[in-house]
Parts: sequence; structure tokens; C-alpha cells
Amino acid sequence: MMSRWKIVTAAAALLAGSSVLSGGLSAQAQTLKVVMHSDVKIVDPIWTTAYIVRNHGYMIYDTLFALDEKGDVKPQMVDSFTESPDKLTYKFTLRDGLLWHDGKPVTAEDCIASIKRWSARDSIGQKLATFIDTMTADDAKSFTVKLKSPTGLLLSGLGKPSSNVPFMMPKRVADTDANTQISEFIGSGPFVLKTDEWKPGDKIVYTKFKDYKPRAEPASGLAGGKVAKLDRIEWLAISDQQQAVNALLAGEIDMIEQPSFDLIPLLKSDKSIKLIDYNPLGLQYTLRPNHTLKPFDNPKVRQALTYALNQKDFLDAVIGNPDYYKVCKALFPCGSTLSSEKGMDGLLESNFKKSQELLKEAGYDGTPVVLLQSTDLQSLTNLAPVAKQLMEKGGFKVDMQSSDWQTVVARRVRKTPVTDGGWNAMLTSWVSADIMNPVMAGFLNASCDKAGFGWPCDAEMEKLRDDFAREPDIAKQKLIAEAVQARWRETVTHVHLGQYYVPIATRGNISGILSAAAPVFWNVEKK
Amino acid sequence: MLGYILRRLLATIPVLGIVAVLVFLMLRLTPGDPAAVIAGDNATTAQIEAIRAKLGLDQPIITQFGIWAGNLLHGNLGESFFFKKSIGELILGRIEPTLSLAIATMLIAVCVAIPLGVLAAYKHGSWIDRIVMGFSVLGFSVPVFVIGYLLIYVFAITLGWLPVQGYQPISGGFGGFIQRLILPAVTLSVIYIALIARMTRASVLEVLSEDYIRTARAKGQVERKILFRHALKNAAVPIVTVVGIGIALLIGGVVVTESVFAIPGLGRLTVDAVLARDYPTIQAVILLFSVVYVAINLGIDLAYCLFDPRIKY
Repeated sequence: MMSRWKIVTAAAALLAGSSVLSGGLSAQAQTLKVVMHSDVKIVDPIWTTAYIVRNHGYMIYDTLFALDEKGDVKPQMVDSFTESPDKLTYKFTLRDGLLWHDGKPVTAEDCIASIKRWSARDSIGQKLATFIDTMTADDAKSFTVKLKSPTGLLLSGLGKPSSNVPFMMPKRVADTDANTQISEFIGSGPFVLKTDEWKPGDKIVYTKFKDYKPRAEPASGLAGGKVAKLDRIEWLAISDQQQAVNALLAGEIDMIEQPSFDLIPLLKSDKSIKLIDYNPLGLQYTLRPNHTLKPFDNPKVRQALTYALNQKDFLDAVIGNPDYYKVCKALFPCGSTLSSEKGMDGLLESNFKKSQELLKEAGYDGTPVVLLQSTDLQSLTNLAPVAKQLMEKGGFKVDMQSSDWQTVVARRVRKTPVTDGGWNAMLTSWVSADIMNPVMAGFLNASCDKAGFGWPCDAEMEKLRDDFAREPDIAKQKLIAEAVQARWRETVTHVHLGQYYVPIATRGNISGILSAAAPVFWNVEKK
Repeated sequence: MLGYILRRLLATIPVLGIVAVLVFLMLRLTPGDPAAVIAGDNATTAQIEAIRAKLGLDQPIITQFGIWAGNLLHGNLGESFFFKKSIGELILGRIEPTLSLAIATMLIAVCVAIPLGVLAAYKHGSWIDRIVMGFSVLGFSVPVFVIGYLLIYVFAITLGWLPVQGYQPISGGFGGFIQRLILPAVTLSVIYIALIARMTRASVLEVLSEDYIRTARAKGQVERKILFRHALKNAAVPIVTVVGIGIALLIGGVVVTESVFAIPGLGRLTVDAVLARDYPTIQAVILLFSVVYVAINLGIDLAYCLFDPRIKY
């Protein structure tokens, strides 16, 4: 039995606790608590392409160039640059007053080392590296890049908005081998990582970098003045979506980066919550066939896919609400510069008869297609059953094999026959910012063994991608992109299954969220 | 007694050895490659192979086991593949929330369930008994996450009395610590209240028909004393077993509750490690859970002789 004094002490402790809580609120007024789409476990944005690590990168690092709201490349850490008339020599001068979080100035040497490390890992970086002749520091604040032949990839690459983003790091950090994770997390961005408070699986904390000098222009997309208006930002790892929504409704957190679609009605019904579509280009679903195994080693069989499938069925099954998706037949995301529906007539309309005809022509023998389904990612789970149904109507035999996403990730890199753990088709999604042009889009890489999982092999596609990389003129780039789309119809590297949008949910007192390819926290205010 | 404890402790060694081998084999036989998970989406086969080599995953299983077991004997649990931290440190950082939750849950459960069980046994057959037993059936049947969400909806969202989620260490202030512990502990305790109340009722009921109770009544003892001094003490052995096993279960299996209430404890660590195929972390955590089970079982056995002097070791 609890004695009387114990009850009194417990009650007093409870009261003290609640007063600590309420007293603490005013001091915490400028802390933003956010639930991101995943927990941060790795913090090297060059080493991994995971989007959560890219988002972390935007907190603490800065970039030489950045995309503004319209998608144009703008100088960011760079103050000014010159381009020689033959488009072979570029001179970059850094802005005054750029500092690393340890107080040391940002130098040209740091930037050269950072570009080198990035270009060893990133797909565009690798392509760009083949164009670069030399990179030399002229003085502490400026450096020169000499190209072997002209390319539009230098500026667009340095302003690449999504994984991997060429973030600038101090030379001693950037000199780390590109295949080894960095162990020091110092950037020159608007926020500082609080390493002492970082607890994987619980939270990661950033504080405002007081010596950051923003550009004078207003913030626009990922470019412009990055003004940190919050003192402290906490990304909390709440693995349960319902719980995150509850915490937002109760005002314990301020923002959810990607609320799940089935919980959006709950948020919509509460007047204190705002839903903001920060990324107007959204994401794109895709089906990736394995080009090295039967039956998808035959282009005719892959073409049959483009007839059997249609986008709306997939989007309805996964997103459900037409406010958050768009049927878009263009290979490059609708709303982006290179987007075109040219030559897409008749495709992606579930013309099952045409699909069956093509399979017959190809001599498809009815071998079941092993289709991988991931069951634990809400944004992907329903895709495979829809694909199975549509493919079967189009004349395929489908063996859908279900597992968790990590198993799919491990399995999709296996080139072995399906009887030995291999696969024929899998589904995933890309952030539109990663697939804006033929060089960026990983699934268009058709360099056989060097291409990503699925391993398409098409010399003509590779030639077009090289042409694109060499072409600095935007009008001509558009023509090449159309040629890529035409070649895609023949070779079908992958099938795009529609665009969708994930809104950010915030409390009503949060403002200033920028429209950009990645969620960023400068300019964000809490009133 | 000391000899008994020593013998029991020695017996744990083969148990832990078997657990270690089984966990090691089971993890290697399940699909999923930590290297691919760590390497991320756009990694090439060569990059994945490089990571595999770095983690020692390209070695034969026997060699991998040898290295791990060797380290373990030196008290080194290894380094997590994914979190890039020593596993000992990782577990220490997560043990406080789990332990606090387990202890708070059991305190609530014992304080509520034992009086309820005794009352139900004393008034057996009455409406009180039926209500208590009815609630305990309900407590068994409703899943933990349903109770959790229900409590969150009422006490955190509608009434706003308690926070929805999170954990605050004791070092951050006792008030905040308790506030954040109440809902998850109450949620988890429901099932244990049901279990312990039923067990208490059954045991006390059995004891109440014994001759010495009748003797005590005949001697004019007060009912409360009869119930709590004589009956409950003699009925304690099965109750202690349930409470002990309950604590062990709570330490190893609060995954759902920790997820629902966003508490960064051992359960969440286990789930994160499994999803990331973080072999060394999973192995260490499961081994830790086994140690806890063995220790608590030993504790239960020793507690028996406190309540029943006839039990000698």
C-alpha cells in the first residue's frame, strides 16, 4: 500500500513536471519538430543516394549552383563565373564570407576536392568527369575548370538538385575515398548538425549556423538567399504513421514530410493543419524489366508491356485521390523542360489485343514472369498486383513473389536465373528531379553491364545520351530528348506508370515552405 | 543455495551458446543482403561487393561465426553495420526507455491486478467477480495497438492531458519522464492486469478452501488479514511466475508499444536492425534478451522460497 507521503510526493512531482513542460514551451518557440519520411542513419550524401540523406545534406551543406523555382540553374556559393567563347574554360569565383561550421573559410581547393568525390559516385558526375580536362585553384576564392569538349553537364551537374547532390565539403573531408563514408560532418550550409544530440532511431538535431551569409536575392527553389529563421530543427524518428499524425494533431510536432495517403483525410478535416504540395514535379512510378533474362531479353516482349499497362490503374490503386496524381505519358516528367508526349499515342492504354499480338510475334512461350512485390512500403505495395493483373490480360503469365522491400533491394541486383534467386520485373518510384533528362535518368542508362539493375544494353540509346551530354544548347537538347523517347519506344528500358505528389502536412503556424525538388528548411517560419 | 545459483549460472552457458549459433544461422539463411541495403538504390554490383568484403560477409559462414564468437568472449559485441557505433553503446542508449516502460507497466499491473484478483476470488460468483473476469477477457482480446490509439485519442488528443508520443529520460526531469510514461505503461499493463488478475483469482480461490484458512477464520482473524497475509502469500508462487515472465516478455517484446508511442527503446532498435539486416546488432540484442530471460527465470526460482519455505534449493 502506498503511504500518504508517497502519494503527496508523486502528485508534487507530476505537478512539477507539468510546470516544467509549460515553462519550457516559450523557450522552445523557435524549435521545429518534424517527422521525415525515414530516420537518418547514414549521413554521407555522396556515399548514398537515399533521399533522406540528400535532405540531410541540404541542411548542413551548400552547393556551388542550385535550381531555382523555375528549374533554372543559378549560382549559389559561386559569386560569378565566366565561360570562354569556345565553351571549354569556366572560371568560378566564390562569394565573400563563406565559412565552414568550424569557422574556417571555404576555399577553391575545398570545392575542387568536393567535385572530385561527387563525380566518382554520381551518375552525372561520372559522365561529367569524362569531359573534364583539369580543375585548378587560381587563388583561395576562385578556380578554373577546363573541358575536353563542350558540355551542358558542368553547370547542370553542379546544380543537380537531387541524389547525389554535389554538396561542398572541406578538403580534408572530401579527400575521403568515395567508397568510404565520411566521419566528420562539417558543411557551410545554413544549419549545423548537433552530433552530440544525434541518436539514430530517435532524432537528429540541427541548429542555425549563425555565421552563414545568405545570398541577397530572395529564396527561390533551392537557390537564392538561404535565410535560416529557426534556431533549432529536430527530425524525429516516428516509425508509425498514425502516431505521427496524432502527434501533429495534438500540436506536439510541427510537420510531417510525407503523411501516408490513407491518413490525409484525417489531416484535412482538422482546420489547424495545412497540406502543402512543395514539389510540383512530384514523383514517377516505374516498372523495370530485367533485360538479361527471358522473356524480357526480347524487345518485342518489352514493347508488349507498353501496350498492356496503363497509368491510371496503378495511380488509383496506390494514391487513390486524383488530387495527388497525374496521368503523364511523357517519358520525362510532365511540367519539366524536356517533357513531350510525342509518339506516345496508343501506348500505356491497356490495349491487351496489341500486347497479345506482340507476344505472339515474339514467340513468347508462356514462361512465367517473376514479378517482385514489396509488401512493407505503402507507396509501392499495391503496384505489383495491378501489374500482374494487367500483364495477364495482355497475355503474360505472371508469378508474383512477395517480400519486404529490403529483400527486393537485395534481390534486384542479382543477375542469376529466376530459379536461382533472379527476377524478371520489379516496380519502384523516382523523384522527378532525378529523371529530368536522359543523362540523369538512371533507368535510361543502357550501357549493358555498367547500367543499373535490369541491365539494358543498347548502343543507340547510349549514343543519344552522350549526344545529350555534349549539347549545351537547350533547344537542341529538347530534340535529343525526343529522339531518346523515340528510341525508348523501340528498346523499352523501363515503363513509366504515372506521376504523383506527396504533400507536406504542417501546423497552421508554419509558413515559408519553399517549392523545390527536395524539402528544405531555410525560409521556414514558426509563429 | 549458493551452490544452486552457481549451478544455474553455469547451465546458462550452453543455453546462450545454442541461442548464439541458432541466431547466427537463422540470420544468414533469411534473404536480404546488408551490403545491398547499406549501399543504397543506385549502387553497382562492384560497390556492393566492396562493402561485403569490408564487413567480412564474403568470408565462409564458419569463419564469420568464429570471428564473432571470439569477439564475444572478449566482451566485444562488435560494431553495428548500419549505425556505425559500438553495439554495447547502442544497447546502453536504448535500455533506459525499455526498462522504465517494463518496470512501470509491471508496477501498474501488480498494483491493480492483485487486489482485483483477490477481490474476485473472495467474492467469487458475485457480480464483482463477473465484472473483473469480464474485463480480464477483454484485456486479453483487444490488441495492444488498439488500446494505445484509444488512450491516445481520449487522453492526448481530445483531453490534451498527456503527450501523444516520445520519451524523456529521467535526467531530463522526473515530471516529463512520468508524463510520457503513463500512456504507454497503461496501454501495456492492460494485458498483464488481465493475466495477473485471473491467475491471482484462481490461486487465491484454491487456497481459500484450505483448512488453515478455515482455522484462521475460526480464530477470529480479520478478513483482510486472512486474504492478504495467509491466502495471498500461499497463492504467490504462480503469481510470481507470471509477473517474472511478464517482465522478461516486456523487455524483449515491447516492439508494438514502442512504435505506437515513438519510444526509442530496445524493441525499436531490434526492428530497425532487422529491417537493415544489421546482423551484429540483431545477434547482440537477441543474446541480451536470452540473458534477461535466463536471469529472470533464476530470479523467479529464488523468489519461490521466499513465499513457500517448503521449497529448498
